[in-house]
Amino acid sequence: MSVVALERYDIPARDVRENFPAPLLYIGWDDHLMFCAPFCLPLPPDTPFGALAAAVLPGIYGEHPDFAKIDWSKVQWLKSGKPWTPDPAKSLADNGLVHKDVIRFRTPGLTGIEGSCS
Amino acid sequence: MDTRVAKKKLGLKDRYAAMTRGLGWETTYQPMDKVFPYDKYEGIKIHNWDQWQDPFRLTMDAYWKYQGEKEKKLYAVIEAFAQNNGQLGVSDARYVNALKLFIQGVTPLEYYAHRGFAHVGRQFTGEGARVAAQMQSIDELRHYQTETHAISHYNKYFNGMHHSNHWFDRVWYLSVPKSFFEDAITGGPFEFLVAVSFSFEYVLTNLLFVPFMSGAAHNGDMSTVTFGFSAQSDESRHMTLGIECIKFLLEQDPANVPIVQGWIDKWFWRGYRLLTLVAMMQDYMLPKRVMSWKEAWEMYAEDNGGALFKDLARYGIREPKGWKDACEGKDHISHQAWNTFYNYSAAAPFHTWVPTDEEMDWLSQKYPTTFDKLYRPRLEFYREQQKAGKRFYNKTLPMLCNTCQIPMVFTEPGDATKIGYRESDWRGNKHHFCSDHCKEIFDNEPEKFSQSWLPVHQIYQGQCFEPGTDPTAEGFDPLLAVLKYYQLDVGRDNFDFEGSQDQKNFAAWRGDAPQGEQQ
Repeated sequence: MSVVALERYDIPARDVRENFPAPLLYIGWDDHLMFCAPFCLPLPPDTPFGALAAAVLPGIYGEHPDFAKIDWSKVQWLKSGKPWTPDPAKSLADNGLVHKDVIRFRTPGLTGIEGSCS
Repeated sequence: MDTRVAKKKLGLKDRYAAMTRGLGWETTYQPMDKVFPYDKYEGIKIHNWDQWQDPFRLTMDAYWKYQGEKEKKLYAVIEAFAQNNGQLGVSDARYVNALKLFIQGVTPLEYYAHRGFAHVGRQFTGEGARVAAQMQSIDELRHYQTETHAISHYNKYFNGMHHSNHWFDRVWYLSVPKSFFEDAITGGPFEFLVAVSFSFEYVLTNLLFVPFMSGAAHNGDMSTVTFGFSAQSDESRHMTLGIECIKFLLEQDPANVPIVQGWIDKWFWRGYRLLTLVAMMQDYMLPKRVMSWKEAWEMYAEDNGGALFKDLARYGIREPKGWKDACEGKDHISHQAWNTFYNYSAAAPFHTWVPTDEEMDWLSQKYPTTFDKLYRPRLEFYREQQKAGKRFYNKTLPMLCNTCQIPMVFTEPGDATKIGYRESDWRGNKHHFCSDHCKEIFDNEPEKFSQSWLPVHQIYQGQCFEPGTDPTAEGFDPLLAVLKYYQLDVGRDNFDFEGSQDQKNFAAWRGDAPQGEQQ
């Protein structure tokens, strides 16, 4: 469907890639809702995917007591809600991630504070 | 010389006819459609505007007299409240944070409603509807002013109120109410009426006013209570306008029914999402609680609203699409919203805190199936962290819903342990949503919602720094730069209530030991 308007209604979208210094990537950690929402991060497309676990995520999720217990070899990734296997050695772009993609990770066995998924 | 004969005074009915219906005319120099360009393009068909019913039959002259008297009384109470240092009589300084939320997020909506109704009052061709809309436009402007005056006394003593207008256009969570109303006033006049008069005022307004005003009464805030009483007669007129406009639209032409149903689906959900802020206020911000959000939802939405949609079924209207999901959300949204503000308390000009044990027990009693299982553990964890000197502040910007603009905090219907994720592709770009209903709203009008001013994205685009800020400078702190742009007084307006200037001042004024030291 389309907006009902009196005149031609064609206004550029506000959040296209060109408007940002780097593409946005949304990241969520399932079953850890102490962090109230997934995060939004501008990340250069040549960032190696492996740098997320090593350098990016500790800064944003490190305060959670489960974070230090994560076994990164067992982490399951989802992209747009579907299972996905990224290559940690390749860049974000080479893993197929584009502006405003949403990825999530699951950490089997870790279910948040007192098992509350917090 | 002729004897002067006193003119017969018009009866109520004739006077109403002369002062409303008698004020319109058919234009002759210009075609009507050119003078009133907005009243057809939405597809709504009106065959006879004279069938518009105006049950209050209020005329403008009576309106001025009546409102003037009401306002004299209101300002006498506000004045007395100020002279008697009424701010010292509130239950606890934490209560004032509910007022901050009100002046920041609700009062500016009154002004938007004033603008919206002024537009509608200009653009309809039916005189009865025009006069009703004009009166409501003035009501909304008065409410904006009287709320500002009623709360301004608190601004002298407490933080978090001094730049409420400036914040409304900038601060991240205030984009939620702002974008709601900007969506409404940029719709056509009929959509505006269905959005604001019906879906908001008629179906949901009790959920906004009753919690705030009875919350004020329970917490010793007579100034706000008096505003509430003063606005009450206006609100009942607005609700009547809401139900009359729906019935009128549905009776005029069967082709109006699907258009109106689409608007009800959209605006019920938008209003419901907006009320998340009220839910949180009710369950977490009132030191003396009135009723839980869940109880209020059951009383005002499920019981009253359920009956309303049964009544409208004869026109072919069903309950809004998001109704069942909204009813399920009653067990969750207040807790999820409070957690959001607890997370981002560094970036919001009001205080948050961990509820006391007594308050948590109240919450688990009101939410027996969800609070202890899902929400208490994190609050107790926060409290331990805080005692250890590590109060948790989330410093990374969240992902927002493209439609309601709330951070993506809402969980899946049927599974409150999983965040709900939805997305749409439009013209090669991805857009993300918190729910099926926010996604559907976008999918119906992608041209409009692809323009959303999403605060997180605006910050990353570099639009939320003061002019002259250099984000490449060494030691640049983006959060501090954004707070500067907000004109937020860091250390006074934000952070936890525990240790805040509000807390210390209030204790000193009342001669109490600071609450932190009692524990």
